[in-house]
Amino acid sequence: MSLLQIEGLGIDFGGLRAVNDVSFSLKAGEIVSVIGPNGAGKTTLFNMISGVYLPGRGKVMLDGEDVTRLSPHLLARRGLSRTFQNLQIFHAMTVLENAVVGHHLHERGNILADLLSLPASRRSSRESEESARRLLDRVGLGRAAEQEAGSLSYGALKRLEIARALALKPRVLLLDEPAAGCNAVETEEIDHLIAQMAAEGISILLVEHDMKMVMRISNHIVVLDHGEKIAEGEPAAIARNPRVIEAYLGAQATEANHADG
Amino acid sequence: MRLSSKTITLLGLAVVIAIAPVFFPSSFYYRVGSLIFVNGLAVTGLVILIGYAGQISLGHAGFAGIGAYACALAPVHFGLHPALAAVLGAVLSGIIAWLVGRPILRLKGYYLAVASLGFGVLVSMVLANEAAITGGPDGMAVEDPGLRGALKAIGIDLSNTEFWYAFSGLILVIGAWLALNLYHSPTGRALRALHGSEVAARAVGIDVAGYKLKAFVISAVYASVSGSLLALQNKFITPDVAGFMHSIEMVTMTVLGGAGSVIGAILGAAILTILPQILTVFQEYEQLLLGLVMMLVMIFMRDGLLPSIARRLRRGGE
Amino acid sequence: MPELMQFFLSGITVGAVYALVALGFTIIYNASDVVNFAQGEFVMLGGMITVFAFEAGLPLPLAALIAILGTAVIGVALNRLAIEPARGAPVVSLIIITIGASIFIRGVTQIVFDKQIHRFPAFSGDAPIAVGGATILPQSLWVIAGALAVFIGLWLFFTRTLVGRAVLATANNRIAAQLVGINTKFIMTLSFAMSAAIGALAGVLVTPITLTSYDIGISLALKGFAAAMLGGMGNPKGALVGGLLLGILEAMTAGYISSQYKDAAAFVVILAVLFAMPQGLFGRKQTDRV
Repeated sequence: MSLLQIEGLGIDFGGLRAVNDVSFSLKAGEIVSVIGPNGAGKTTLFNMISGVYLPGRGKVMLDGEDVTRLSPHLLARRGLSRTFQNLQIFHAMTVLENAVVGHHLHERGNILADLLSLPASRRSSRESEESARRLLDRVGLGRAAEQEAGSLSYGALKRLEIARALALKPRVLLLDEPAAGCNAVETEEIDHLIAQMAAEGISILLVEHDMKMVMRISNHIVVLDHGEKIAEGEPAAIARNPRVIEAYLGAQATEANHADG
Repeated sequence: MRLSSKTITLLGLAVVIAIAPVFFPSSFYYRVGSLIFVNGLAVTGLVILIGYAGQISLGHAGFAGIGAYACALAPVHFGLHPALAAVLGAVLSGIIAWLVGRPILRLKGYYLAVASLGFGVLVSMVLANEAAITGGPDGMAVEDPGLRGALKAIGIDLSNTEFWYAFSGLILVIGAWLALNLYHSPTGRALRALHGSEVAARAVGIDVAGYKLKAFVISAVYASVSGSLLALQNKFITPDVAGFMHSIEMVTMTVLGGAGSVIGAILGAAILTILPQILTVFQEYEQLLLGLVMMLVMIFMRDGLLPSIARRLRRGGE
Repeated sequence: MPELMQFFLSGITVGAVYALVALGFTIIYNASDVVNFAQGEFVMLGGMITVFAFEAGLPLPLAALIAILGTAVIGVALNRLAIEPARGAPVVSLIIITIGASIFIRGVTQIVFDKQIHRFPAFSGDAPIAVGGATILPQSLWVIAGALAVFIGLWLFFTRTLVGRAVLATANNRIAAQLVGINTKFIMTLSFAMSAAIGALAGVLVTPITLTSYDIGISLALKGFAAAMLGGMGNPKGALVGGLLLGILEAMTAGYISSQYKDAAAFVVILAVLFAMPQGLFGRKQTDRV
C-alpha cells in the first residue's frame, strides 16, 4: 500500500503546461527521486504536492485520503513536510529557534498559557528545545545553535532546513535539492542522513541534480521532461533508458555526463 | 540563580518607573510619565503585531477609541463601573479585531496599510459624527473610577497625578511582562517565523492566517486598554483618540524605538511623548522638528533607536 | 434628475483632484516601490506658493508656473535627502519617513507662509455654466481638463518616449534596467519631479474652488492613496479610474445619505473592493517563488 500517491497531477501557468499528467507513488520508507533537465517542472510538482500551488488537474492521496486542495499547514498536520530549493529560513531567529519552530505541531498550550508563561507553555518550549538540539546535532549544527541563522553558510542552511522539517516527525518528506551548494563532504553527510531517515520509515521524495547521489540512494526514479513524465523505474533501468539519455543530452549535455558517471 | 534577560528587562523597567519620581521637580512630570506609560502600553501591543508578526496597521487608534469610549459610555448607558467598562471595551475591541482582521490580514504591505487605515478612519468618523451618543467632536466627560478612593480607604493617600502615574506604570509592567512571555513561547515563535517566511511557516504546520489574527487581536486589546487608561485619567475624551494621526503616532513610536523589542518601543513612546512637551517651547517649530526627527531616525537607524544603538555599542566593545 | 447630475458634476471635480494625487502616488511607486505620503503636501504647496507669488504682484500664470517648478524641486530634494538614503528599508519605515516628510513640509510652510486660509481668483470667472439641468463652475472644467491632460500626457510619455519606457523598465525590474544602461538614479529624480509637479498642478487648479491652507495635505494624501489602491497600486489607468470613482462616490454619499459620512463611503468601498480583489481593480497578481 503506497503512502503518497500522485494521480495525473498537472498545472498551467498562463496557457503554458508547466506540469502535465504526472503519476507515481511512494511507499513507507522508500526513497523516490524526481529528476529531469532544468525547467522540467520538478519544483512546480513539489509545490503542488505540498499545497503551495493549487493543482489544475489530478489528485494527491496521502495514506488513502484525498489531500489535493489542502493548504500546506494542514498537510503538515497530516505528516507531510518539505525543504525548499530557494532557502526559506527564518533569518532573524537563532539556529536553535529555527529548529524549535519545526516542533510547532507538537507543542501544546494555547495563547493564554503563552502570554502568562504558565508551566505548560514553558514545559512545551523546553521539550521542543531539547528535541531541537538533538536534531541539530544530528545534522551537524549542534555547535551553531545560538548563532543567528542568517550568519550560516549555504550548505549549513540546507541542513538546518532538513532539521526543521524532521522536527515535524513527518511520514513523508520532500527534499528540494538538499545537496545543492554543498561540498563533497557535506553531500556525503546529507546522503547518509537521507538513508538513515528512510531506514526509520520516513518516505523521501527527492529532487536533486547530483546524479551520483540520486543513483546511489534512490529506490525508484521518476523522470520529468517539459512537465511530462517520460520514464520511471529503478536507477539502473533509468540510466539505460534511451528517452532519458536523449532528454538530458538534448537539453543539457553536462548533466548527462553526471548521469553516466 | 542566573536571571533571565526577561526578568532583568522587567526589573529594570519597574525600577525606572519607581525611582523616576525622585527627580520630578513638579507634579506635572507625573502627568507626562503616565502619558508615556499609556502610550507605551499601546506600543507594546504593536510590537507583537509589527515586530513579532511583521504586519502593519495604520488603524490601531480605532481600538484605542473603542476602549476610551467604552469607559465614557458604558457607565452612562448601562450603569457599569468605569473600570469594568474598560474590560468591556477590551473584549469588544478583541471581538471587532477578530471580525475585521480576518479579511484585512489576507492583504500585504501597502494594501494592508490602506485597509487598516480605512478601519481606523471609520471608527473615528462614527465617534465624531454620532454626536447624540458620543458628544461629537467636542468629546465627552468620563466618570472617575474611584480607585484612588479605594486606596485611600486602606491608608494609601496619593494625589490624582501620582495615582495615575503609579497605576498606568503598573499596567505597563504587566503588559510588558505578557509581551515578553509571548516572545519565547510557541505562539511568539510562530509569529516571528511567519514574519521571516510565510511559506516556510506553513510548511511546518503554522496556521499563518490564524496566527496573524491572534497577533492582531492581542494588539487591539492592548490599544483598547491604553485608550481606556487615557480616558480614565483625563476624565475627558474626544474622537481624536481614534484619529489617523494617533494611529501614525503609535506606529512611529513603535518603529522609532525598535519594533522588535518591547523596551525599545517603550523608549520610542517615551521620546515621542516627551518631545512635543519640550518642543512647545519652540511653538512654531514643533511640527518641523517632529517631522525631522521621524525622518532622521528612520533613515539613519533603520531598526529603530535601541537596536541600532545596542549594535553600535556591541561593535564598539569588540 | 438634475440633482443626480449636480452630484455627479461635483463628484467628478473632486475625483479629478484625487486622480491627480493618485497619479502622483503611482509614478513614484513605480519608480521606487515607495508610497509617498507627502504627496498631499505637493498639492498644498502648489496652491500656497501660487497664492503668495500672486499676492506679491506676479501675474497668475507666472505664479502658477513658479509654484509647479518650485514644488518639483522640493520633490527632487525629498527623494535625494530622504528616500534615496533609505533604499531597501521595510515598508513601515518608509511610511514613517514620508509621513515625517509630510509633517516637516507642513511645519516649514506654516513658518514661511502662514496658517491662514487662502484663495486666488478662478481662471475663467465664477459664472456657473448650465449642464443638463445642473450647473458647473468654469474652474471645475479646468480641473477635469487638467486631470485628463495629465493622464494623456503620461500615457504618451510612457508609451512613446524613450525616457518613459526607461521609467517603465525600471519599474518592472530595477536591476535589469541598470544592466541595460538605464540611469535609474535619474529615473527616480525624474519621477519625483513629475509627481510633485502633477500634485502642484492639482493644487493650482483646485484652490479657487476649495481654498487652501498649510494643513490640507494629509487628507488629500489619504484620499489619493485610497484611490490609487482602489485602482490597483502602480497602474495609471487604475489611478484615474480610482480617483474619479472615489470622487463620485463621495458626492453621491454626501448628497443622498449623509454629508458627515461622505469620507466613510470612500473607505467602506475600498475595504469591500480589497476584500473581494486583494490587488485592487486593475492590480497584478503576484506569486511567491519558492
